[in-house]
Amino acid sequence: MSNRVLPLRDALREAIQEEMQRDETVFLMGEEVAEYDGAYKVSKGLLQEFGPKRVIDTPIAELGFAGIGVGAAMNGLRPIVEFMTWNFAVLAFDQIVNNAAKTLSQSAGQFRCPIVFRGPSGSAGQLAQQHSQMFESWMSNVPGLKVISCIDPADAKGLLKSAIRDNDPICFMESELMYAHTGEVPEGEYLVPIGKAVVRRAGSDVTLVTFNKMILPTLEAADLLAQEGISAEVIDLRTIRPLDHQTIVESVKKTNRIIVVDESWPFASVASEIAYEVQKYAFDYLDAPVTRVNSADTSLPYAPTLVEAYLPNAGKIVKAVKSVLYAKA
Amino acid sequence: MTTTTQSRKKSSKSTFSKETYLHWYELMLRIRRFEERALMMYGQEKIRGFCHVYIGQEAVAAGIESAIRREDAIVTAYRQHGIALGRGCTADECMAELFGKATGVVKGKGGSMHFFSAQHRYFGGNGIVGAQIPIGTGIAFAEKYKGTDNLCVTMFGDGAARQGALYESFNMAMAWKLPVLYIVENNGYAMGTSVQRTSNVTELYTLGESFDMPSEPVDGMNPESVHEAVSRAAEHIRAGKGPYFLEVRTYRYKGHSVSDPAKYRTKEEVESYKERDPIKITENNILQNKIATEEELKAIQVKIKKEIDDSVKFAENSPYPDPSELWTDNYTQEDYPFILD
Repeated sequence: MSNRVLPLRDALREAIQEEMQRDETVFLMGEEVAEYDGAYKVSKGLLQEFGPKRVIDTPIAELGFAGIGVGAAMNGLRPIVEFMTWNFAVLAFDQIVNNAAKTLSQSAGQFRCPIVFRGPSGSAGQLAQQHSQMFESWMSNVPGLKVISCIDPADAKGLLKSAIRDNDPICFMESELMYAHTGEVPEGEYLVPIGKAVVRRAGSDVTLVTFNKMILPTLEAADLLAQEGISAEVIDLRTIRPLDHQTIVESVKKTNRIIVVDESWPFASVASEIAYEVQKYAFDYLDAPVTRVNSADTSLPYAPTLVEAYLPNAGKIVKAVKSVLYAKA
Repeated sequence: MTTTTQSRKKSSKSTFSKETYLHWYELMLRIRRFEERALMMYGQEKIRGFCHVYIGQEAVAAGIESAIRREDAIVTAYRQHGIALGRGCTADECMAELFGKATGVVKGKGGSMHFFSAQHRYFGGNGIVGAQIPIGTGIAFAEKYKGTDNLCVTMFGDGAARQGALYESFNMAMAWKLPVLYIVENNGYAMGTSVQRTSNVTELYTLGESFDMPSEPVDGMNPESVHEAVSRAAEHIRAGKGPYFLEVRTYRYKGHSVSDPAKYRTKEEVESYKERDPIKITENNILQNKIATEEELKAIQVKIKKEIDDSVKFAENSPYPDPSELWTDNYTQEDYPFILD
């Protein structure tokens, strides 16, 4: 098994392709996934390989095709439902939240719902209010769902393959801006377990926890901090639900300080949940308040200055780290 | 008791077998007696939560079941006790479910709105108006994908006919020629709002026509007419011609739920439908056409009474689920790490 450098979109495609080769019940449906090769080219070539029975263009009807996916999953298939963005999945929340998440419980285990809802989440440049939202914390609030959010190409391949094989409904969050983001990806069979975070960079002075594309400004901040002699440990969550709180708590016990970098809005965000876990399980180890760097508690407008002001970035992260170190900014 | 001229005409012995008539009679009586008893038990607070009864609509369940196969799937909304009983769920397990007992059809986890039975290909009672329309479409999608000739009966009420989910589902089901039979049970009222007050289009079957879906209205107060329409539709669907839509015109004698006094309609209207009661119509047909004797019907009545009496005893004597059951059936993953604090 060798590694190649691949962009995120190709890593995701490889996961889908390998799982469709492996299991006849796996199929892909969504807007523009077939003849157009996917709005972001994730599904390029899949129509040619698997044909229109298994790679299906849908009309623009998120509620309808998400529900068709749920019914198909209850009846023995393994659908991958692509949303062009999670912003459009809001139209399908009834099917994700009221149905996919509750099928197993309502039927007392008689019907499973092995389905993957996937697509990009979060901001993607100057796309304005309706196309820039982060849904990880929304979906993670719902028991019955599992939520994955990652942009590392190898993780994306390994986690998407695990997600497709999983018997529970999964929300899989990608990023529009990161589809061309490259990394080494193992060839062939490669599975990453759901629910495990990874330490991207070891450090001793402060723990930085993040996920999805915020890993990039967080690593950038860690570099800047290193130049000042501050050693930051960087954790990439990869899975949001179930949350790998053990990896976070172990790190905080070592560094005694934590910043959560989370593109979600602050209220009831992924950061809020982590803050709870850390104060509960590492209270005696904390030398400073758990601190978060979220997107602003506003809608995201269009102008570049407003986008800049809204999003977490390396400068904001460095500033937060200095505040928990009680160092001069 | 009056039967309509139309239903008397249709009730020639040659059309349906004695077995079918008696099957209809027994099933409709089982549903009626089950729900009458459930309402009594609700009054005694043995049953809690929402409880929507099917009384008056029994011919729909009966006519569908005799016209389809056991391997076919059914999914419906929350007024669903009758559909589950029609599928073959027992009065015992259904009554125990209403009581919230561990022996219930879904182990006391669903209650009145959410019976499911994988064994009987029953994909449940759905509590979100119209949500089961795309789900039933997806169940049918899977049957086509797997290459069977099974169909999925996707049922909903007249209220759900106004949901966007219906239009999205009808559109894709026709575009992809899915083996789905849509049945709207038009009982005249979406909770307290009459069909006439919810749209300019009150002939619900015509909604299918805008997708070129074969669609027709059906008398829902008689299992014969329901059976005939469902058979016609099933034949069309199994021939690979795609979906079919039936507007089954029926009536619920009781309110929307147990808490609804139904002040939005007149006593005269309710009484006029009771004169077309599906059980009485069927009984009259059987006796007038000498399909079976009064003694044979009496034997069925006695059998059903005992079955329902026993189901209440069974429910009473069954245990509630152990509190540990809270943590089961949320995920298939056995060691899922729940947040416990």
